[in-house]
Amino acid sequence: MTIEGVVWKYGDNVDTDVIIPARYLNVSTAEELARHCMEDIDPGFAGTVQPGDVVVAGENFGCGSSREHAPLALKGAGVSCVVARSFARIFYRNAINVGLPILECPAAVEGTESGHHLEIDLAAGRIRNLTTGRVYQAEPYPPFMMAIIEAGGLVPYTRRRLEVEKRET
Amino acid sequence: MGMTLAEKILAAHAGLEEVHPGQFVEVVVDVVLSNDITAPIAIREFEELGVERVFDPQRVVMVADHFAPNKDIKSAAQCLQVRQFARAQGLPHHFDVGRMGIEHVLLPEQGLVLPGDVVVGADSHTCTYGALGAFATGMGSTDIAVAMATGRVWMRVPETMRIIYHGELQPWVGGKDLILYTIGRIGVSGALYQAMEFAGPAVEGLSMAGRFTMANMAIEAGAKAGLFAVDEVTRAYVDGRATRPYRVYQADADAACAQVIEIDVSQIEPQVAFPHLPENTRPVSQANGLPIDQVVIGSCTNGRLEDLRVAAQVLRGRRVHPDVRCIIIPGSQQVYLDALREGLVEVFIEAGAAVSTPTCGPCLGGHMGVLAAGERAVSTTNRNFRGRMGHPESEVYLAGPAVAAASAVAGRIVHPCDL
Repeated sequence: MTIEGVVWKYGDNVDTDVIIPARYLNVSTAEELARHCMEDIDPGFAGTVQPGDVVVAGENFGCGSSREHAPLALKGAGVSCVVARSFARIFYRNAINVGLPILECPAAVEGTESGHHLEIDLAAGRIRNLTTGRVYQAEPYPPFMMAIIEAGGLVPYTRRRLEVEKRET
Repeated sequence: MGMTLAEKILAAHAGLEEVHPGQFVEVVVDVVLSNDITAPIAIREFEELGVERVFDPQRVVMVADHFAPNKDIKSAAQCLQVRQFARAQGLPHHFDVGRMGIEHVLLPEQGLVLPGDVVVGADSHTCTYGALGAFATGMGSTDIAVAMATGRVWMRVPETMRIIYHGELQPWVGGKDLILYTIGRIGVSGALYQAMEFAGPAVEGLSMAGRFTMANMAIEAGAKAGLFAVDEVTRAYVDGRATRPYRVYQADADAACAQVIEIDVSQIEPQVAFPHLPENTRPVSQANGLPIDQVVIGSCTNGRLEDLRVAAQVLRGRRVHPDVRCIIIPGSQQVYLDALREGLVEVFIEAGAAVSTPTCGPCLGGHMGVLAAGERAVSTTNRNFRGRMGHPESEVYLAGPAVAAASAVAGRIVHPCDL
């Protein structure tokens, strides 16, 4: 699967409270949450982000709360992928579980600025900066996680497993 | 090679002789937790799984605490959805207004989480139960939905970071100060993906309340879990509360840690974390007497009886500064009742503080103390991210109950000794 989009770049430690402020956690659909995505650090984001756009950030992206509303808000806003130096642990799981592609690639973060165009081959983990012409290779997913991604998220993965277990008993 | 406490617990729950860091394992869980803002998504995903019943109604706990008592109509609908699911599934441990508490104060108090458990919760501060010698970690709602359905979750076995605390604590220094100091030293991603193991004579001397406070904030260093070994203090707390038998695990003497950090606590003053990250810690003497508008004492970090006693010790016979709103929130109905019986609530009210029913409310800018633009709060909660407690231009300074109460009296951030 290949993604192409414009970059929105942020710094280190982008926490889940800025990805989706808690005052909006009285709703839980991706569409409703998307309207307030990144509101407290970038009020213009939710109104202008285009389907396919890519969020690029520094270390520890998604730190803080376990709210799955954070990857849902990004997904609902049309973000096609988050590329970061590193991810907070719970956000990483949540993104995989809900089917928001994420890649760890410090070099790509270094070489990318807001407004650049990126082309990302998710299966290969290859990130091409169309603005600068540079190509970067992201960390591969562990095989176990790749199976969840290929199934389309944790729910379809588990549903399939439960069906197999049922058949075997 | 021996195993750490975290590895021991995970190996036992994975049905394996041993596990090693980096290994992916599937573990059976002892308790699965969610709350009024994370359960609605978990319930949606649970239904999506096509499973009719939770794996064990005794093991699935739901607590209405974040936006409860209902803060608005949408929150009321979320709490209602959780209530209806709990009834339909026959969950005996669904805690609603009047019988509830802030989840991480409530579950240990009710003897629902125990040493040696694997606990997963759709709340990042689930790591609090590590204080009991459990492996407890926060996850998102979809992981929790799968755990509710199957009683199992996948995990990557974390490396262990061992932090050893030596020395005598200074007056007014407690678990909150130790964990803020530690996060200040290692940073908010200092223990990313790791299990923190808190050890050494200085923390062995802490009460369970102080240990819960420290384990609670392991997530603020990026950790997956924060654990204490079980000792007499743990047993004294658990015995008489435990709702089922439990098993105690011990780290092997030759267990390998990714990192060992030694901290001399004798030089640590009460700490304050400046906006907008918990790692921005400074000794209170360097807080420069910043003027404040609000103080919050409570939360899953510092809402236990011992915390309220410390606050009362400072507030007794004093008045909250006229420019400050001081909001005190006991962490559970039981804590509230105990505080009332001990006369602490009277001390607070006479000092001019508001005392509320248990709720997470102000910690995450939900209700019961939301900040306006430009306002500054000292709070015993766990996060001071931008906009955490209200307007994005408000500021939160994290501290323990002693500094928070003293600051409420002074109207600025001060050391309790300076009152």
